[in-house]
Amino acid sequence: MKSSPAVATENGSPLPAGRSLWQDAADRFRANRAAMISAGIIFVIIILAIVVPIWGPHSLEEVYWDRMLIAPSLENHHWFGTDVNGRDMFARVFYGARISLTIGVLTTLVALTIGVLYGAVAGYFGGRIGTIMMRLVDIIYAVPALFLIIILISVFGNNFILVFVSIGAVEWLTMARIVRGQTLAIREKDYVEAAHALGLPQTTILVRYIIPNVLGPVIVYATLLIPINILVESYLSFLGLGVQEPYTSWGRLISQGTKEIETGLWLLLIPAVFLTVTMFCFNFIGDGLRDALDPKDR
Amino acid sequence: MFAYILRRLVFAVPTIFVIILLTFVLMHMAPGGPFDDLQDIDPAVLANLRAAYHLDDTVWQQFWTYLSGLLQGDMGPSLIYRELTVNQIIATGLPVSVTIGLSAMAIGLSVGLLCGIVAALRQNSLLDYAVMAAAMTGVAVPTFVTAPLLILVFGLTLAWLPISGWNGGQIQHLILPVTALAIPKVAAIARITRGAMLEAINMDYVRTARAKGMRERKVITRHVMRPVLIPVVSYLGPAIATVMTGSVIIENIFGLPGLGRAFVESAINRDYPVVMGIVIVYAIFIVLLNLFADILYGFLDPRIRQK
Repeated sequence: MKSSPAVATENGSPLPAGRSLWQDAADRFRANRAAMISAGIIFVIIILAIVVPIWGPHSLEEVYWDRMLIAPSLENHHWFGTDVNGRDMFARVFYGARISLTIGVLTTLVALTIGVLYGAVAGYFGGRIGTIMMRLVDIIYAVPALFLIIILISVFGNNFILVFVSIGAVEWLTMARIVRGQTLAIREKDYVEAAHALGLPQTTILVRYIIPNVLGPVIVYATLLIPINILVESYLSFLGLGVQEPYTSWGRLISQGTKEIETGLWLLLIPAVFLTVTMFCFNFIGDGLRDALDPKDR
Repeated sequence: MFAYILRRLVFAVPTIFVIILLTFVLMHMAPGGPFDDLQDIDPAVLANLRAAYHLDDTVWQQFWTYLSGLLQGDMGPSLIYRELTVNQIIATGLPVSVTIGLSAMAIGLSVGLLCGIVAALRQNSLLDYAVMAAAMTGVAVPTFVTAPLLILVFGLTLAWLPISGWNGGQIQHLILPVTALAIPKVAAIARITRGAMLEAINMDYVRTARAKGMRERKVITRHVMRPVLIPVVSYLGPAIATVMTGSVIIENIFGLPGLGRAFVESAINRDYPVVMGIVIVYAIFIVLLNLFADILYGFLDPRIRQK
């Protein structure tokens, strides 16, 4: 967001430039070391996920018949070793990063869209309709998400698109609750009342007061939902319901690694470390965003 | 209190009904039928099969047939295992899943509470940091990574414990899967307990209790513990759901004949009556356990009862 230009006062000395809510938040976020380091790590993983499959020393599917199950070494550029089929793990881990991160983000976008719309409608209408809508959310909550996702996948098949639509179609419940709760709470706030009293039009109140205040928790929850969804995808891949060969994801790599724990522990550990570190980082970023966007909630 | 329990109980019935309806409708949206894979089949046989499974009725008739069967405790036959009914499949799997699930919850609660309390009482000590670092890792590392590592260390390298199988629920066969399932719960509950404990310890009424000369042990058990248990109890609902999810993974890794494994297998095979049966059983379990958590909640915090 751009800062507004400084305005000169009568005696010529410039007024300090106005600071928006978002600038304050950005400064608070930058001051949070754990969150900044996490953001840096995620950034590096994203760059590697883009670059390695294109310019890495090995391709995803190339099979080296003479080099199966090689431990990580500098020789032949097998920095993460090779798997049972003699495929380079460095390429596969970052190719898996592509799929895992993409699924994490796309599913979150699907969940975000459904959840925000549903929650906003329920919060806006309030009353009986809102209550019934939220009761439905409560009911779907009673079935663990993974079960619903597995049912959706078994019913509609498991290609790449359906996997992330299924995850997103199930993981929106909490988002809807947050949006609805927040909308209801803010509608009652004094500053909204004051804005009404000043005669501001409904749309201005919505854009200037309600949406920014709902947006904070939504952004925070969306950040926390990314690692959850990455994990859900890896659960599915682990059970053989996620992405299929020749594609791979961290979950799939871990699942293949568990079959070789005695002979090739790195096949399990390397993708597991990437998955865990990524989840840690997103959680730190989410916490940092929460502190930055809602300083009184610390 | 009684009215509160009754209110929660009344809400449980429509919840389970809607879940049944939802899964039923979902299953019927699936393209293709259960007998599409059968080749060279006599049309008359197929017609008989379809009639036997009520496939020619409308969806609502089928739902009604299913529901009335269900109310009499009959969930119909499996589509894949022709000699087994859904009831039989659930009857074999349920004890396995319940045993490992409840053991993991019990360990999660007891060890988690203990670790959280100790960490909070020794705030900022080395012990506190160690417990919290372990808890952080326990929360972040997924079950399907810890389980193979446990297998590698205790099953293969040290060869202390069997790495898979159920063997009638022998204790040696339970230790590894239950541990793997319990670790994230222990970690999460320890973190929640520590946080709530640190908050409660600084409350005015705790200072008052100390000021009037109450013994420290009594202060902790009588005044500090009660508000600490509230966030822990409210975590029980989500925890139950994650234990069930985790148990799907654990049962697959350790080759346990539980409901979770039966669920995944029948979902892949599109054995819909089994999938439905298991979802219903799980939903009933979750609703009942949540009900239990709610009652506990109302017991701990009288304000909640009045709402």
